[in-house]
Amino acid sequence: MTENERAARQKKISHAIMWIVLLVLFICFIAPFILVIINVFKTKADITSNPLALIGAHGFTFKNFPEAMQKMNFWRVFGNSLIITVCATVLTIVVSSMQAYVIVRNSRWKLCTLIFSLMIASMVIPFQVLMVPLVSVYGGTLGVLNHRITLILMHVGFSVSMAMFMFHGAIKTNIPLELEEAATIDGCSKWQTYWKIVFPLLKPTIATVAIINAMAYWNDYLLPSLVLTKKELYTIPIATQAFYGTYSTDIGLVMAALLLAMLPILILYVFLQRYIVQGVTAGAVKG
Amino acid sequence: MKQNTLSNKIKQYLMFGGVGTALFLCVVAVPFIYGLYLTLTSWDGVSASKPFVGFANFAAAFKDTTYWQAMGRTVIYSAFAVILINVVAFVLAYLVTSGIKGQNFFRAGFFVPNLIGGIVLGYVWKFVFNRAFVAIFNSTSLLSTPNGALFCLIFVSVWQYAGYMMLIYVAGFMSVSPDVKEAAMIDGCTPAQAMRNVTIPLMRSSFVQCIFLSITRCFVVYDVNLSLTKGEPFGSSVLAAMHVYNQAFTYKNYGLGQAEALILFLVCAIVGVTQVMIGKKGEVEA
Repeated sequence: MTENERAARQKKISHAIMWIVLLVLFICFIAPFILVIINVFKTKADITSNPLALIGAHGFTFKNFPEAMQKMNFWRVFGNSLIITVCATVLTIVVSSMQAYVIVRNSRWKLCTLIFSLMIASMVIPFQVLMVPLVSVYGGTLGVLNHRITLILMHVGFSVSMAMFMFHGAIKTNIPLELEEAATIDGCSKWQTYWKIVFPLLKPTIATVAIINAMAYWNDYLLPSLVLTKKELYTIPIATQAFYGTYSTDIGLVMAALLLAMLPILILYVFLQRYIVQGVTAGAVKG
Repeated sequence: MKQNTLSNKIKQYLMFGGVGTALFLCVVAVPFIYGLYLTLTSWDGVSASKPFVGFANFAAAFKDTTYWQAMGRTVIYSAFAVILINVVAFVLAYLVTSGIKGQNFFRAGFFVPNLIGGIVLGYVWKFVFNRAFVAIFNSTSLLSTPNGALFCLIFVSVWQYAGYMMLIYVAGFMSVSPDVKEAAMIDGCTPAQAMRNVTIPLMRSSFVQCIFLSITRCFVVYDVNLSLTKGEPFGSSVLAAMHVYNQAFTYKNYGLGQAEALILFLVCAIVGVTQVMIGKKGEVEA
């Protein structure tokens, strides 16, 4: 056996070992989800007697799903989550990219640099420091809680700094000033230049910001739970928590509710998996 | 030159940045400053009057033993979780960048826990700990003992965040050029030596970033804590963020809760910034 052959064989063996290790880890990572899926189709008694069995002693049941859907008011909370996530994401992109643009193009103006550094500094403040004053101002003094629009605007307010920072970097490095000057000479106003020239060129950053923020909004629990206390306004995380509080003993229903809470984003992930992983990586590395 | 007058500049700023600035001020800046004021009052959240008490809330916060117990628990939880998250994430990143079959599939798979919110994950794991593990090991649930509950919190956090940090380490691995590693191997390094002396030092910024992110996340974790243990058994798994929430919204001590939140923020910021400063010091470039 030559040296090369031996090296190739060694590589093959080490790859096989790594592959097995990865597979085992992978199974550990998704095991909880698989357990939930198995148990959705079992009766309460079967889950209690053996949560690990593939099929319960009483066979398959599809009863849990419709019952959980109805008790959780699934389509309603799904709709709430969807409206809030979509509106807040679109608004975040529009608002923060515009602000980033004006800050980049006026970078020698002291006021702009001051606002920029204030917003960057604010990114370290955890939500816990802001929740009490938020509730006391918007709940007590102004009384505007329990509106979806309040939550949407708060979501945008919390993420505008980070999103603005990312657009700031993109505009600064990727959009040449000459391009805008050409547009101005051709008769575009600032507003037109922004929407027709600059904004379309920001597509990759828009995708990143959209993915990061949409995921954060969809999954957020603490802020929505403080803002939306009426049942008909619940989002999926709040509804899941409320559901668990009421039906925690009916474990079959709980399984169905948990699966329902996870399904929308998992289905989306199957189709957009590449973009989501790319977007999150880009966001994490730049952020 | 009409364009450069101050009023025009302000008009232009407001046209583009007005909404963003206003939202930022309303949601972040003003509440932050108002929060500082709240720490100086003994407000109960309901009554119209906010009696001014000076620094009494901070004095009370320093004497609040349950708060400091929660804080100590948070430090222990964070220390274990941060180390394990990064070890697991690094190993995963190494495995999924070694060029084996299906590595993109694995990468996508390990990221799945991050797609789902902490509340739902907490309940899923509660089921696993309370039912599945009990059935497998034929023992009582880990969640029913104080140390067990803390262990469960660490375990779930590692599972939750490892996939996210893995993506950052993957980006770090990709940024190290194969030429450098090859050069080290030609100079007689074993693969392990090349990893320790060449790749890892070059990835230092990834480490600094991942550790910073995991520290800042672990210190203020709330939703997994709420759904997985709810602070039980006997309040032995209440982490600092949950204590702050209860202090303000359950016991209606808004001023004290806000003061405790501020202390939590300072502790977290000091730990995070120190870590970054130490980490940045030894950064090298190829």
